[in-house]
Amino acid sequence: MAEAQNIPVGSTTTGSIAVAAESTVATRMSAPPSFDVADFPVPHGREEEWRFTPLERLRGLHDGTATATGEGVKVAVEAPEGVTVETVGRDDARLGRAGTPVDRVAAQAYSAFEQASVVTVPKETVLAEPIRIAVHGEGGTAYAHQVIELGAFAEAVVVIDHTGDAVLAANVEYVLGDGAKLTVVSVQDWDDKAVHAAQHDALVGRDASFKSVIITFGGDVVRLHPRVTYAGPGGEAELFGLYFTDAGQHQEHRLLVDHNVPHCKSNVVYKGALQGDDAHAVWIGDVLIEAKAEGTDTYEMNRNLVLTDGARVDSVPNLEIETGEIVGAGHASATGRFDDEQLFYLMARGIPEKDARRLVVRGFFAELVQQIGVPDIEERLIAKIEEELEAAVA
Amino acid sequence: MATLEIRDLHVTVEADNATKEILKGVDLTVKQGETHAIMGPNGSGKSTLAYSLAGHPKYTITGGTVTLDGEDVLEMSVDERARAGLFLAMQYPVEVPGVSVSNFLRTSATAIRGEAPKLRTWVKEVREAMERLNMDPAFAERNVNEGFSGGEKKRHEILQLELLKPKVAILDETDSGLDVDALRVVSEGVNRVRESGEVGTLLITHYTRILRYIKPDHVHVFANGRIAESGGAELADKLEAEGYEAYTKGGASE
Repeated sequence: MAEAQNIPVGSTTTGSIAVAAESTVATRMSAPPSFDVADFPVPHGREEEWRFTPLERLRGLHDGTATATGEGVKVAVEAPEGVTVETVGRDDARLGRAGTPVDRVAAQAYSAFEQASVVTVPKETVLAEPIRIAVHGEGGTAYAHQVIELGAFAEAVVVIDHTGDAVLAANVEYVLGDGAKLTVVSVQDWDDKAVHAAQHDALVGRDASFKSVIITFGGDVVRLHPRVTYAGPGGEAELFGLYFTDAGQHQEHRLLVDHNVPHCKSNVVYKGALQGDDAHAVWIGDVLIEAKAEGTDTYEMNRNLVLTDGARVDSVPNLEIETGEIVGAGHASATGRFDDEQLFYLMARGIPEKDARRLVVRGFFAELVQQIGVPDIEERLIAKIEEELEAAVA
Repeated sequence: MATLEIRDLHVTVEADNATKEILKGVDLTVKQGETHAIMGPNGSGKSTLAYSLAGHPKYTITGGTVTLDGEDVLEMSVDERARAGLFLAMQYPVEVPGVSVSNFLRTSATAIRGEAPKLRTWVKEVREAMERLNMDPAFAERNVNEGFSGGEKKRHEILQLELLKPKVAILDETDSGLDVDALRVVSEGVNRVRESGEVGTLLITHYTRILRYIKPDHVHVFANGRIAESGGAELADKLEAEGYEAYTKGGASE
């Protein structure tokens, strides 16, 4: 096994720690954030934010050649009573509040969508059942915009489930009122050919709690960009992710937590397993603690389990600290081979190889699976992991 | 009666781009109910013998035979050997993150016994076995070997020995790193299994200390990749007094 290592704060081996007047997180982007696609040059692949992504497989989402097909991507929203679900035009004032597109594909999505979906949970409404948004591709190309807003002290769980085959670029906004609690589970269970790029912007209100669970299994290319900023002190963000990257798949998760107000917390845990030739997982974890964000408490971690030869992981945690008046800040990244000694130990106790591998991989994901809190998704995830492992053995 | 027969076993290992022969013709027969101590200096090949019998992929068998009740052990995969009745208590048990001891034990017992043990009797069986080894019940909910002390790891190995009831148990330096109290508890566990009369025990050790608790029927001195001398328990007393010098200087080895 490649030696697992924790990279403590202050180390520069894998990630970087910057304590600088100038934000490297911001300057690493090739253009400033904008809603207009024209403000971004067509990427050529050497830009910092694109250097890991196979542009030629984005099906034209990055260079303006991907045209929306009008149909072929279906969205169905199922919401409990008390929730408002609206389809609105581009000029609706509730759009674009949680964040601004930071790369060309997100800006393309913002420039090209025709109608947006706005889901609103009124203040102090506590939902007993999840809101379910099913995005199903039937071979189409689409630009989408989704807003999910929780009023003050509202509580909700949202499951966004992506299946089928599509070329999709989207922006998803989460706007949390003061004291609101939102859990979002985004499942990328695409067919093999799908291409999905999305920016998720969460604006976390005063004393609000945001939990994002990203589960990525399918697709040819999936590139997600979950971002968090805070609207007031006392906010908490938990960003969890699981991915299972198979032969030929590119799965990229780029996170940013911008601690822009004092006394907020963030905790990031992403875990991935990879198997097969040219399976490629990318994890970028950017955490920025601005000078005014005193009392920040943040930790981010990425772990990867490489099950076979031929897979590749790029894992880059970046922690940028502009104030020393914080509670805590740390990051860790480790990528390990499947451990033959673990396998030997389990097999020496009579456990067949297939079952032994399953035990180890299930164990690897266990702590995250327990965090999801939506039983049918947990069961589906476990079944999916089993399915992936079956495929690996066969 | 279960019998493990090792005949002229030769084993090599790849190290530093070279093939090195570690075992150079080992002959040994272990019968059910017998306890054999294999003693020898560091680097003599004792652990290689243990791991080769269990089927660790690092070692290549280049000659000889190993049979258990006439069945060819060397043809079996690691898990098949365990299911056939071989058990290796490891010197350095491996951490398995995310897999609880209770899940691990039950999965293992199911594999060895060929069917899942009935839950009620199983829970009782595990609890009682843990009590006998002075193990806290909370131990079952920890991840396999993760953060275990040296003593906890060895107790966990012996717990498995008691639950899996093998035909032949190979204990690889189970005594190393144990204080006197832990050594006594672990030895008592081994003795309980031995007293059943149904297990052949191969006790691999560097020190004679554990032999005060576990009395061997046969003692073999291992040196330079083979058994250099065999005798009864009295041979251990001789080693205690004289050390391994006579064997490592090439005096006794052929």
